[in-house]
Amino acid sequence: MKRQKMAVAPAPAPEGPALFDLLSEEIVFMILDFLDEDPLDRKAFSLVCRSFLALESRHRKSLRPLRAEHLPTALARYPGAAALDLSLCPRVTDASLAVVAAARGDALRSLDLSRSRFFTASGLMGLASRCRGLLELDLSNATEMRDSAAAAVAEFKNLEKLRLARCKSVTDIGVGCIAVGCRKLRLLSLKWCLGVGDLGVGLVAVKCKEIRSLDLSYLPISNKCLPSIMKLQYLEELVLEGCFGIDDECPVILKDGCKSLKVLDMSSCQNITHVGSSSITNGAGCLQHLALAYGSPVTFALAASLKRLSMLESVKLDGCMVTTSGLKAIGNCCLSLTGLSLSKCSGVTDDGLSFLVTKHKQLKRLDITCCRKITDVSIAHITSLCAGLTSLRMESCSHVPKEAFVLIGQRCHALEELDLTDNEVDDEGLKSIARCSKLSILKLGICLNITDEGLSHIGKSCSKLVELDLYRSAGITGLGIQEVARGCPSLETVNVSYCNDITDASLISLSKCKRLKTLEIRGCPLITSLGLAAIAVHCRQLSKLDIKKCCNIDDAGMIPLAHFSQNLRQINLSYTSVTDVGLLSLASISCLQSMTILHLKGLTPSGLAAALLACGGLTKVKLQASFKVVLPQPLFEHLEARGCLFHWRNKVLQAELDPKCWKLLLEDVMH
Amino acid sequence: MDLKMDLEERLRAETWGKPSSVNDLPQRVPPDRQTPFPNFASHKNLQKREDQDPSISNYGMRIEPSFSEFNRPSECQPPLPSNPISQDRGVQMNDILQLGKTQEWDPKAMLNNLSFLEQKIHQLQELVHAIVGRRGPVLGRPDELVAQQQQLITADLTSIIIQLISTAGSLLPSVKNSLSSASTPPIRQLGQLGGILNNSGSGIGLDSNLVLPSQGGSKVPDQSNQVDPMDQSAIDNLEDHESKDDEDGDEGENLPPGSFEILQLEKEEILAPHTHFCTICGKGFKRDANLRMHMRGHGDEYKTPAALAKPHKEAGSEMMLIKRYSCPYAGCKRNKDHKKFQPLKTILCVKNHYKRTHCDKSYTCSRCNSKKFSVIADLKTHEKHCGKDKWLCSCGTTFSRKDKLFGHITLFQGHTPAIPFDENKGGLSLQGEHNEDTNKVGNVSFSFGSSTPSSGGVQNIMEDVKGNVDDPSSFFSPLSFEASNFGGFNEFTRSAFDDSEGAFSFLLQASCNYPQKNGGQSSSNNLE
Repeated sequence: MKRQKMAVAPAPAPEGPALFDLLSEEIVFMILDFLDEDPLDRKAFSLVCRSFLALESRHRKSLRPLRAEHLPTALARYPGAAALDLSLCPRVTDASLAVVAAARGDALRSLDLSRSRFFTASGLMGLASRCRGLLELDLSNATEMRDSAAAAVAEFKNLEKLRLARCKSVTDIGVGCIAVGCRKLRLLSLKWCLGVGDLGVGLVAVKCKEIRSLDLSYLPISNKCLPSIMKLQYLEELVLEGCFGIDDECPVILKDGCKSLKVLDMSSCQNITHVGSSSITNGAGCLQHLALAYGSPVTFALAASLKRLSMLESVKLDGCMVTTSGLKAIGNCCLSLTGLSLSKCSGVTDDGLSFLVTKHKQLKRLDITCCRKITDVSIAHITSLCAGLTSLRMESCSHVPKEAFVLIGQRCHALEELDLTDNEVDDEGLKSIARCSKLSILKLGICLNITDEGLSHIGKSCSKLVELDLYRSAGITGLGIQEVARGCPSLETVNVSYCNDITDASLISLSKCKRLKTLEIRGCPLITSLGLAAIAVHCRQLSKLDIKKCCNIDDAGMIPLAHFSQNLRQINLSYTSVTDVGLLSLASISCLQSMTILHLKGLTPSGLAAALLACGGLTKVKLQASFKVVLPQPLFEHLEARGCLFHWRNKVLQAELDPKCWKLLLEDVMH
Repeated sequence: MDLKMDLEERLRAETWGKPSSVNDLPQRVPPDRQTPFPNFASHKNLQKREDQDPSISNYGMRIEPSFSEFNRPSECQPPLPSNPISQDRGVQMNDILQLGKTQEWDPKAMLNNLSFLEQKIHQLQELVHAIVGRRGPVLGRPDELVAQQQQLITADLTSIIIQLISTAGSLLPSVKNSLSSASTPPIRQLGQLGGILNNSGSGIGLDSNLVLPSQGGSKVPDQSNQVDPMDQSAIDNLEDHESKDDEDGDEGENLPPGSFEILQLEKEEILAPHTHFCTICGKGFKRDANLRMHMRGHGDEYKTPAALAKPHKEAGSEMMLIKRYSCPYAGCKRNKDHKKFQPLKTILCVKNHYKRTHCDKSYTCSRCNSKKFSVIADLKTHEKHCGKDKWLCSCGTTFSRKDKLFGHITLFQGHTPAIPFDENKGGLSLQGEHNEDTNKVGNVSFSFGSSTPSSGGVQNIMEDVKGNVDDPSSFFSPLSFEASNFGGFNEFTRSAFDDSEGAFSFLLQASCNYPQKNGGQSSSNNLE
């Protein structure tokens, strides 16, 4: 691979170096700044010549190594990398942290350990003593982390951003240490830190006066800590999602609060009734984003209370009971709403929604997922009034007839994201929607009325498409995909799962999309190793691959994959015809971290064991429970010590259903 | 003042009804002394008891040996006249008789009084003679002694005058009331002097035997710093007061506000398991109430409500002398000879202080096996909280409640919660968090438990060790150790505080309150 690149790059070489030598390093760095889009571009650049290599090494500001073992060399090669993301390393020990501390010292600015395990409080302490310049630290998911480690974190005196999501073993004491130690904190996330309560949060609010953003989701806190939070002078974002301890008394506290607050999320606060919700708005005058999802019913009073929030830009009311009068009140009072989310709100009617959009013509983002009562009336209003809509999500609006989708294409040309999953949209609709030339995300899953013809229109016009979802849209065969692959070169994510008629030809055409990163082709029995090989050879950036139930893919598909897809991180091989050889060959993909290997008929225990041992970077493996007994326990212990987690499944093989039949079943379940 | 005087009268009348009860408070009076004129009756009993148990010598108010004890030190102080004790006792009795029978004039008593006065004057004469005779030698002695002698003489004269007035007053039945009020100050004064005897710390205070006799007269000059000159003079009068003390000792105090009477128990007394003894069988009790219950078994006379009632309840809360206690341990801050002497408030304080400070800590906490206590109550208090006081601050303060800790941290800059020691110790899950040892063990077991050789694991471990060496102490809260020490200190203060609510508190408080007011009034009377 390196040789290939070298072969391509040296073209300007004869005269290039001389010219480039004239450029100062700063100018080259500025050029390099534009190469951020595709990591391979940088790689290609650095492979041109020694000086380019050195330039690129110096230019690199952030590193995301896959293996902690290579940290010393990586850090030596990129002396300017002050941001380090170790979340992909399966095993980050105290020794790794010591290496980082020794190599970077005070120059280290950002460190992400959000999925790293195996380091301890002493490692953090060593880091803290040498990396005093650290500004950003992510310790999310360190579920084993205890207060002692939190006390070590408190030694990072200059820390400005700290994420501790899901650090379940940290208690008030640890957070108290952090509050006292890290006085410059601007962002703190304590989401899911179930051991932290009022006292810890209260102390943070008292000690860390600089806080801008505070995430307290799912903490067992009550109203008691809110007064001190409200005294935070600079607080802009407060997330109180799922805080069951907060009740109607809290809004009273919020009332005299924080003038600087811009984002407030009080979703899933079960104990806040509409009384409380309506009074929330009394004080926070410059609130821009408000989320009250999965809360009290949106009644007239609540909606009317939004009137006081003159700066409000977006409201999220997902999962709430919404009344028509409530929607009308929202329409009447908020002046400048640009975002509205009514996902899964029961009670959204044509009447209410139509009235609302007449008042909010500035709407850019609208989510009406699962508003099953609305019809073409609403769509007609939305499309005619909100011409500036960039994002429309209307999954499962089952009463919207196919004609309505034509309107979307006719009127909303600014659309960038459109989710039509599980709708009646047909080829006519798609043809119309194809006019939305800015479309980058299009979801057409479970749209049984669409065929290749409609999709071809999309492929011809929507050249900016990045994500395409055709999950279980069984009308799609090869032609549509070919058209899309031809017309949309920037596609990164494609899901054609359970489109039974997809063949290798489609994959071969898709392989033209060089940027393809995620490919899901579950349940496509016609696809063989040949198609997969084409993808593997051409789509070098492929990082996620799901070929579950592609029963015609076998070892022949794995070998090119193993050879070319060096960026592959995640693979699902369940129900394929891959055997020991294919699996073992995957070991040459050094990035491979996650494997799901269920119901591989040709897999023997020893083959599996060899493959598992050979894949050094594995962090997660899903296996059939039967292997647990067959393979020796020390093997698993060893792999776990390397940082691999095992998920044991005991699923029985199920016969695949016809897509139409599947949808009927789905509807049966829902009704 | 009139009001005060009236009150004074009433109180005095009550006091006379039960003369002894007031005086004996600090000594935890046995019930037999509640009879109206217990002095004579109780003599034998007391003496008997004294014989039975020398350790309860504080009851031996008028016991001969104690007098000799007293006399010994007095000999080394030449100016102090040694008077025939019997005479004094006679006078004392007369005094009491006189006090008891104010209503009808008794010429015999009057005669007694006069003869007493005569003797008193003679003694004074002798004293002055002695001083004159010893002028020369005395020159070499500190001036304080001279001053002291003068004070003694003054005090003696005062008491003679008072005695004279009261004797004269008894002749006038019509002015009985005013007489009694007039006679109050002298009586109180006498009592006060008696109290002061204890105060002075010299061997004089044998009335209650609270003072170490051995400390002798040589200490007297030291005390003169603390004690009012008037009190000092009492040393001269001690023959009178040693006996009078008994009943009057607490009644009056001439100390200026803020001063107090100092008592000092002996080590043996402090450490005695029982403080209340049955006068009949000698059985000891920790509580007076238990003794009273016990007394019921000795006959019907102890079953009367009066006998069973809490003693001195009716003595009132207003008329008691301020008592403060001194620790017998020389050099202790609680010892009265210490420069910055800080007196102890109650006897229980004395006991707890002495045990805590000057005794071995023999009670060990069964939970933590590390904390030791000399007072069993401290142990019990500790055991209640042992292991519960887990909220530590970096400053070493411990808290039983987390919110208190956080309040503390909120308040003080730079203080931070300390990680509980046991967390540092480990018991941690899979990847052992803090404790390097467990952590490494965990790693080792992974590495070697696996089927493949994993030198990387070993290497990691080695590097772990290195990493830790850099900063070995910082992982453990350096303060948790201090905290435990501090806990001890805390406990000390807390228990000391609790003492005021201890088993004896009702007695002690009463005894404290009573003299306080009375003393204050009497002093004002005297000033007038």
